[in-house]
Formats: sequence, C-alpha cells, structure tokens
Amino acid sequence: MPTDTSDPGLVGAAPGLRSRAWRPRRRAAPELEPGASRHRGLANAGWYLLLTVLAVIVLFPVYMTFIRSISGGAAALFQKKPSLLPVATDWGAFADAFTKGDLGIPILQSLFVTALIVVAQTITSTMAAYAFAFLEFPFKRTLFAVVIGTLLLPIEVTLLANVSTMYDLHLISVHPTYLGTLTALVVPFLATALGVFLLRQGFLGIPKDLLDAARLDGYRDTAFLWRIAVPLTRPVMGSFLVISFLSAYNQYVWPRFVVKRDEYQTIQIALRGFITDNPNQINWGLAAALIASVPILLLLLVFQRQLVRGLTAGAVK
Amino acid sequence: MAVVARSRRTKEALLAYGLLLPVVAVGAVFAYYPLVRIVQYALFQKYSNSDQQDFVGVRGIWEVLSSHAFLDGVWITVKFMLYTVPAGLVLGVLLATVANRRLRGIKIFQTVFSSTIASSVAVSSVVFLTLVNKQAGFFRNVGWLDLDTPAGAMRGVALSSIWQNIGLTFIIVLAGLQAIPDEINEAATLDGYRPIRRFFKVSMPLISPTLLFLAVILVVSALQAYAQIEILTRGGPQQSTETLLFKITQLQGKTDLQTGASMALGLFVLTVLVSAGQYLLLSRRVHYAD
Repeated sequence: MPTDTSDPGLVGAAPGLRSRAWRPRRRAAPELEPGASRHRGLANAGWYLLLTVLAVIVLFPVYMTFIRSISGGAAALFQKKPSLLPVATDWGAFADAFTKGDLGIPILQSLFVTALIVVAQTITSTMAAYAFAFLEFPFKRTLFAVVIGTLLLPIEVTLLANVSTMYDLHLISVHPTYLGTLTALVVPFLATALGVFLLRQGFLGIPKDLLDAARLDGYRDTAFLWRIAVPLTRPVMGSFLVISFLSAYNQYVWPRFVVKRDEYQTIQIALRGFITDNPNQINWGLAAALIASVPILLLLLVFQRQLVRGLTAGAVK
Repeated sequence: MAVVARSRRTKEALLAYGLLLPVVAVGAVFAYYPLVRIVQYALFQKYSNSDQQDFVGVRGIWEVLSSHAFLDGVWITVKFMLYTVPAGLVLGVLLATVANRRLRGIKIFQTVFSSTIASSVAVSSVVFLTLVNKQAGFFRNVGWLDLDTPAGAMRGVALSSIWQNIGLTFIIVLAGLQAIPDEINEAATLDGYRPIRRFFKVSMPLISPTLLFLAVILVVSALQAYAQIEILTRGGPQQSTETLLFKITQLQGKTDLQTGASMALGLFVLTVLVSAGQYLLLSRRVHYAD
C-alpha cells in the first residue's frame, strides 16, 4: 500500500521506483552562478519591504478608524497630539452602535433591499439574455440596442424625473409608508442592462447545436435553460451575482432621495447621520462604518474569484 | 409544413417578447421616460404660484448651459476628474506591478490591496471625515487637507475617492498584467530588456486596453460622484466642490425644474460623449496582443 498518493502519476508504480530521484525537482533551474541565490534573496527582501510599506499605506485609514472607534468618546478629543494608539480604550462602541445607534435596523433594511434586487436582477437578466442568445424574433437588434442604451441613462442622470415619478406613483409622499419606500428603493433596479449583457455573453459561449439537439430530444425552452444553459454558465452567473450585490448594497444617491423617514433608511445613508448627528461620539459612528463593511468584506474573501471576474468583464479582451 | 414552421416562429417570437418584457419595461419607465420628462421640464418655465408655464424652448436650455452656475459645475467636475483619474491609474499600475510576482504570501498582499473595495463611498467618506476632523482627526494639523479652504476641500474629497478606488483599480490592472503570457516577458528578458524597459516597452503597451477601460470607469464614477461631496463638504466652502451632479441634486424638489433639468441634459450629453469616446478608442484597438 503506497503511503503517498498525492501524486497520481506515480500511483501504481513499483515501490522501488518511487525514490526521490524520480520526483520532478521543486526548485526550477539549477543555480548557474554561486552568488545568484543570495542576490535573489536580497531582491525578495526588497520586494517584501516595498509590499509591506504599500500595505501599511493602504490600510492606514482603516487602522485609524479602528483605533478611533475603540478610543473612549470624549477623552480622545482632548489629546494634544494625534495618537497612533487607542486613547482610553473602550470596546463599548461596537455595542453602542447597535444600542444607541440602532445600527441593526438600517443594516437589515439594506440586506433586505439588496436581496430583493439581486434575486430580481438575476431572474430578469437570465430571461432577457436567453432571448437574445438563443431565440430568433423580429426587431432583435433594435431591442438589444434599446436595452444596452439604458446604460447611458444611469439613475444619477435621470434623478430629477425619476423622483417625480415616485411622487406621482405615491411611493413617496409627506407620510411615507414602509411598503411604498421599499418599492421605491427596489423597483428601478428590478432589471439591469449590465446583467443582460454579461449573461448573454455567457450564453453565446454555448454552441447553438446543443440547443437544436436538446430540442430534438424534446427539451422545451425552460428545461434547456434550467438544465443546460444555466449550469454551463455558472461562473458568469456567479460573477454577476457578486457584482449585483456589491452595487445594490453600496447604493447612495437613489436611497438618499427617495427615503423620507429615518426609520426606513439604508445603512449607507444612516452612516452619515451617525457621524454628523453625534460629533462627540464619533467612536460608535466609526464602529458602525466598520460593521457596515463586513458583508462586502465577506463577499470579497469568499467570492474573490467571481468578484475579480465580474469587475474585469470587458477589461481584459 | 410551412404553416407549422410559421407557427413555430411566431411562438418563438412571442416567447422572446415575453422574456424581454421585464427588462424593457424597467428601461422604458426608469431610463427613457425620465429622459423625455427631463426634456419636457427643460423646455418649460413653471411658476410657483400658478399652474401656468411658459415655453422657453431650446433658448431656455441654452441659457442654463451657458450660465456661470453650469460651467462652474462642469469645471469642478473636470477638476475632480483631473485629481482622481490619473492618480487612480498610477496607483493601480504601481500596486499591481509590485504585487504581480511569484512570492510566498503574495496572496495576502493582493487581498490587502483589493480590500478597499469593501468600503463603500459612504464608508470611505466617513473615514476621511474623521481623519481630518478639526478636534480629534489624525490629520487635524495638516493644513493641506483643511476642508474649510476651497483647495483643501477638493483635495480631501479627491483623496477619499482615490483611496476608495484603490481596490478596484488594483484588481483591474492586476488582471490585465496576469493576462500577459509568461513567454512574452521571458522573450523580452532574453532579448536583453531590463525590468524597467520591459515594463514600459512590453507590459504597458499590452495592458493599454485595460488602462483605457479603467480610465473610462474612473471618469464615469467622477461624473457620478455624490456621497463623498455630501458627506465631506456639502459642496462647500463657497460651492468650491459643487460638481455638476451635486448642483443638480440641490435643485431637486424645487417648483421650477427648468434649471435642474437643463443641467441634467448637460450631464447626459457628457455621459454620452465619454461612452462614445470609449467606443471610438476601443474600436481603434489601442493595442492588442494578437
């Protein structure tokens, strides 16, 4: 029984042959010059030094935010010199953010709105992408241009008129209701041209013969979509989900102008209030900012590959 | 047989229209209809105490677009771009070049450099607001970043945006660099290219489409910058950080929407110009590997 099965190429080979000499060498090239290794080590140390310096600069604002959030409220204000270390350390800010700042409500609101948008966008984008990639119909190119054209009309450009539309539909008013506010937050983002574009690209990678073969086998369009097209484009789907979550959770402009009651506020808008309404208690406002970033940080750590692919779609040829 | 084929085609078309309905409906109601509405607002001058409105036409729009307020907004937006776009590109290239090598633990550094993507514009603005806070901020004695002076305010807003963009720019440039086949770099090394020359003569030309893509993203995000301005400066001092979009939002909720709507049309034209520029440049293919 071989003890080492990590190298499948050697499994089954005679035990006597499994000597070290048969393994491919880990270190690539044999050293040509005697000094090369030390030179290499020095160069690496240089790169590590540079990387560390850059990392410290990039993380500095986060570090200071953390330090400030665990520095006791007023005490830090009277420090003569800016301090790199916590003053009057008090971890209470992270609890205060929830108890005094009611941080839980806007975070839940944001997560709920984000979930609705992500689910809706995934469904509507898949539907439209399927039509553009696999079906033939009159005005196909025109309709595609109409959909992609909406990319030129982001919510920032059309803000004035879209807010008026929300008033006309009574989704926002002097006495806003929760359901109205929620609808206003979600409804403009039920579909997105970006999703249609990305998923269509994914579907176009599936050979059309596969659709024809599936049809001959008696697959209907829905069965083909769910059993073949979607599973085959899982990486693209994953990238789109992550990008959709990121942009929905981080939204600022639209919620800022349609949410008319503090209790219905999303987290991004609430953060501003935490800082500007309580200048003497910046510590828990900052704790809130750190907590608010946790969902996206998790997304970055868990779905790094999907995130990178989604962000760079179109960047690298 | 022909009838069957035709009915199948009709069925396929109906299915397609049904599938497209949600996307087209949302686009019609929240992108195209508002554009029509903005044009309508821009063409008519309303009066607060009556339902009467005067047709001011294209001349009315032109009056707004040639006003000091609009041109100031455009200039401040351009200035904000000049602060954020080149710096974003340079930082992205710097970090990605340094982090694009085979070293033990390089993934940790790559994650650190990508990490600012976890902070939204609102979070990064709140972070910077505290850093420059007059009483307790770490940079309270750095006059260069004094938000009460016009120049300091612009620097503060720009710096917070640049920092927030680091993760995105790093990820995009790194992906561009990693798409360069190893053989190309090896061939250049064999040809006697030293690292710096190789960087400018080989890597940079090969990632130029990526950099263009990134530049467009940064320009568009500058056109749409809002949260950092509201949180850090509220457009001040003396309107020195009122970008075009911020000016438009200040006119939100007024009875007379003619000025705001005309400015929004201006912003729309700028957005279209940037996209058209991107399209033209990309179709000329800055430089592709093949």
